[in-house]
Amino acid sequence: MKELWDLYITYAKIGVMTFGGGITMLPILQREVVDHKGWATEAELMDYYAIAQCTPGIIAVNTATFIGHKRKGAIGGILATLGVVTPSLIIITLLAEIIRRFSHLPVVENAFAGIQVCLCVLIFDAVMKLKKKAVIDKPTTVIYILVLLGSVFLRISPIWFVLLSGLAGVLLKNREVKGK
Amino acid sequence: MIYLKLFWEFFKTGLFAVGGGMATLPFLKAMGEGNGWFTDADLMNMLAVSESTPGPIGINMATYVGYTIGGVPGAVIATIGEVTPSIIVILLIAAVLQSFKDHPLVGKVFYGLRPASAGLISAACVGVALQVLTGVRTASAGAVNVLTIDPAVSLLNWKGLALAAVLLALTNRVKVTRNLHPIVFIGLSAVVGMLFCFAGV
Repeated sequence: MKELWDLYITYAKIGVMTFGGGITMLPILQREVVDHKGWATEAELMDYYAIAQCTPGIIAVNTATFIGHKRKGAIGGILATLGVVTPSLIIITLLAEIIRRFSHLPVVENAFAGIQVCLCVLIFDAVMKLKKKAVIDKPTTVIYILVLLGSVFLRISPIWFVLLSGLAGVLLKNREVKGK
Repeated sequence: MIYLKLFWEFFKTGLFAVGGGMATLPFLKAMGEGNGWFTDADLMNMLAVSESTPGPIGINMATYVGYTIGGVPGAVIATIGEVTPSIIVILLIAAVLQSFKDHPLVGKVFYGLRPASAGLISAACVGVALQVLTGVRTASAGAVNVLTIDPAVSLLNWKGLALAAVLLALTNRVKVTRNLHPIVFIGLSAVVGMLFCFAGV
């Protein structure tokens, strides 16, 4: 019981200290989970992190589930995940209410209009980093361009692109093996 | 039943968004357009807050969108909906960890999936950039989107383009600022927006 509570609290702490997401939380995980608690080794954390990046969902949640599961089975995985989302729930809910009340003020509108420009740039930067790792040869370039154009000009759910491209990956790799 | 629908929409997002918080953006965009729950501009404001507060971006976004649609219960349900597929998938993988990592099929699927994920986020980026920096809008025409020009705003947002150019340089080229936390650039942009009346009010 005590250990479950410890999992929850430690992950709530990690949630508070994470700003942004993805790679930014890795040093915090190393400090809390590997150095302080000894819940996993550095190598295990790296494995979890690598798998968390390529499985569905939020990376922070995926690693939390892994470590929680390693300590205390399924219930540990669930509690660690609840821990990591708790700070977001509290902070965002409070902020959303405050912003809703003040969003009509000109100064707030102007600030957000400036921030929107910044977000365009931040998303662009994030995409370029991702693209470098994902678009590595001709077939992946074709997939990237097709999905980009398809997603801009067709009104279909992104789910279809995910399913089809996964299938395309398997077919392309299989053909490559046969060709050799 | 709005809460059930909310849970289902976020469950789908959590299940199909691969690559972390930013990868949920195209799904959230589609969710807003499909259900009329929020506009692209609303989504951008929520992203701004999610990037500059503690917590993983993906979770912050789910909480914020959920709160906008269904208050506090909505926030909780959307967040739980988004993490449920993760918990299921990771618990399954944790049980067979070694064989999952080395299974050839996994590598093949991700060979196709990674560029698609980059393509989806790029498309979301195009949509957002058109909305913020130009007067060009994407409008639905049945099964396809067409580009239209909104006569109410000027074709090019010069102030915005200038700020974007400066930020691009600061986040990529300038050595001293390149590795600063995004919140620095967000704060800077908020100040610039206020000083130069970016919203035109």
